[in-house]
Amino acid sequence: MTRSTLALSSIRRRSAAPRAKRTLSRVLIYAALLFWTIICLFPIYWTVTTSFKSAVDVTQAHLVPWVDFQPDWKGWRSLGLSPDTLFGTSTARSEFMNRFVNSIITSVGASLLALILGSLAAYGLSRFRYKFAWMRNDDILFFFMSQLIVPPVVLALPFLVLYKALALLDTRLGLVLLYTLTVLPIVIWIMRDQFNAIPIELDEAAFVDGLSTWGAFLRIILPLAVPGMMAAFILSLVLCWNEYFLAALLTSTDAKTLPVMVASQTGSQGINWWSMAALSTAAIAPLVLVGIFLERYIVSGLTTGAGK
Amino acid sequence: MRLISMQNSVPVSDDLHYRPVAKRARGSGKIAGRALVLLASLGFMLVLLIQILHTTGAMTAGFSDWRPILIAYLVWAIAFGVGQVLTRGEHGQRALFLLPAVFFTVAVVIFPTIFGIYIASLDWNLSSIEGPRFSGFDNVRGMLNDTYYWNALGNMVFYTAAVLGEYAIAFGLALLLSAEIRARKFFRVVFLLPMMLSPVAVSWMIGKSLMEYRFGPAATLARYLGWDNPAFFASPWMARFSIQAMDAWVSIPFIMIILLAGLQAMPKEVQEAAKVDGANGWQSFWHVTFPIMLPVSITVLIIRIIFKLKLADLVINVTAGGPGGATDTVSSFIYRVYRDRSNVGYGTALAMVYLLMIIVLLTVLLRLSKRWTQKVV
Repeated sequence: MTRSTLALSSIRRRSAAPRAKRTLSRVLIYAALLFWTIICLFPIYWTVTTSFKSAVDVTQAHLVPWVDFQPDWKGWRSLGLSPDTLFGTSTARSEFMNRFVNSIITSVGASLLALILGSLAAYGLSRFRYKFAWMRNDDILFFFMSQLIVPPVVLALPFLVLYKALALLDTRLGLVLLYTLTVLPIVIWIMRDQFNAIPIELDEAAFVDGLSTWGAFLRIILPLAVPGMMAAFILSLVLCWNEYFLAALLTSTDAKTLPVMVASQTGSQGINWWSMAALSTAAIAPLVLVGIFLERYIVSGLTTGAGK
Repeated sequence: MRLISMQNSVPVSDDLHYRPVAKRARGSGKIAGRALVLLASLGFMLVLLIQILHTTGAMTAGFSDWRPILIAYLVWAIAFGVGQVLTRGEHGQRALFLLPAVFFTVAVVIFPTIFGIYIASLDWNLSSIEGPRFSGFDNVRGMLNDTYYWNALGNMVFYTAAVLGEYAIAFGLALLLSAEIRARKFFRVVFLLPMMLSPVAVSWMIGKSLMEYRFGPAATLARYLGWDNPAFFASPWMARFSIQAMDAWVSIPFIMIILLAGLQAMPKEVQEAAKVDGANGWQSFWHVTFPIMLPVSITVLIIRIIFKLKLADLVINVTAGGPGGATDTVSSFIYRVYRDRSNVGYGTALAMVYLLMIIVLLTVLLRLSKRWTQKVV
């Protein structure tokens, strides 16, 4: 703030030409910002409005509700989620809710499990020195991080065969285990950074007070690491909620998640635009809300995860 | 890096001073711990043996599926942890932090990967009546003649190279957001939003509806701008660019956020010094900002490449690899090998070769990047 006013006053003393240049650069900056805002928001706007359109409005590319077209609950009615169908029975809605609950259980379950396993490992790696065969702390960390490069396609087919034998195919538990694996490296990375930022003196003070290693961790350190845990949890949640590849291969009826449902609907011919739009809107809505209200956790998670 | 300095500051003997009592486990505990681990291992082996004998048909008693093995593994892992605490006392308690994650990762990655290498050597089609048959390197030999696989790898080169384009746009956006603007928070949230959307929803929202040939708004706009025949997925290069554009839309926010954090952590004095020296905006960017940001940039580029190499869902849902395999990624191609032909053995072999290539590529990249970042810093 002070810097900008300083700059402004120094410019005022000079001639008018730099001021014009400055105004021009302001205009360009805001134009660019506005342009990218449209690029980011238009697809979302289009999807949300399309869920309220009828066929004619879609084909004639009507864009503005109430001006161009009369919004109608059409798309939501086909999902059983419009006001008039909300309290009746609807097979479409029960299927949708089933997928929705599957998505919530798998993504929250996997994020929680990864958070527990990852926080413990990260605390251990940040505080103690381990030696396992030739592996030291850095090697162990590298071992965890290297799981990040394994593409899902490498694991998918062996898991298909293994899960069949383990009776875990098409179960939520099976998906939770795999999703935990995909986000565990990220959680360990974020949490290790978080624990490193907490001074070791706190642990030592806890030991003096007679707490054990685990007591110090659970009662003193863990509460201080809550912001980092939030960040790691939300980031994992985003990744698990959006995962499609593994879910598509490993689930068929019972444990199908929302992305698989959306994908199977796009594949079928002659599906109505409005119901597709309503389904897409419902699928992205939870994370759009997370993005709007919990943005700072995502940013802090990403920046500790990669900015170091 | 911080890990090492942190470790050095951890006095190994701290517990010697503060808790002399808890240091060593008592002799009886040690014996109990060893016995527990031994017992658990024997139990696990027994369950495994019963199940193997049952599956091979040598024994009628057994379990209907392999799930008890999973439970036995879990029990064994818990027993091992308890045994650690009993035998090694304080050190066992410390090991307990790491053990859950290690056991989990070994069970979920290492074992399936080894199993995968075994599957890769089989001639195994799920839809054929005869079961798996060992075929050695036949799958790899088949891969060498599979033009679709090489085509998919070629496409991956294009997609990976396009990361540089994403990076350029993201850098521009990060610079915009770090300029003195109003409503910065609003713009930051808006620019972040595409990252939150699931690629599957995006593939309908953009690929199948916005870019729809007849009345998608993007097609209408393209017609208005003078492109008579706005078919985004008809010609190979156009389709490739369209898929890439969608992937960029989803992933640019990620690069942007990290670059923005790097820009904000940059000392202000450096830029002001450049201004005093009479550098204009462009010069101060190329000679000051960009070199300082190079380590962050390389980190984010490598992470982005890792994720790019996994690209599949957009391709599967928008083009299914078409037209003529022009947009195929390795993952989407293997997905179809499995989905359409149920060819588990061949698909796994392709995936294993791909994993090897990724490991080699990333090792080279990490080596190179280490040299570059060291030169700058």
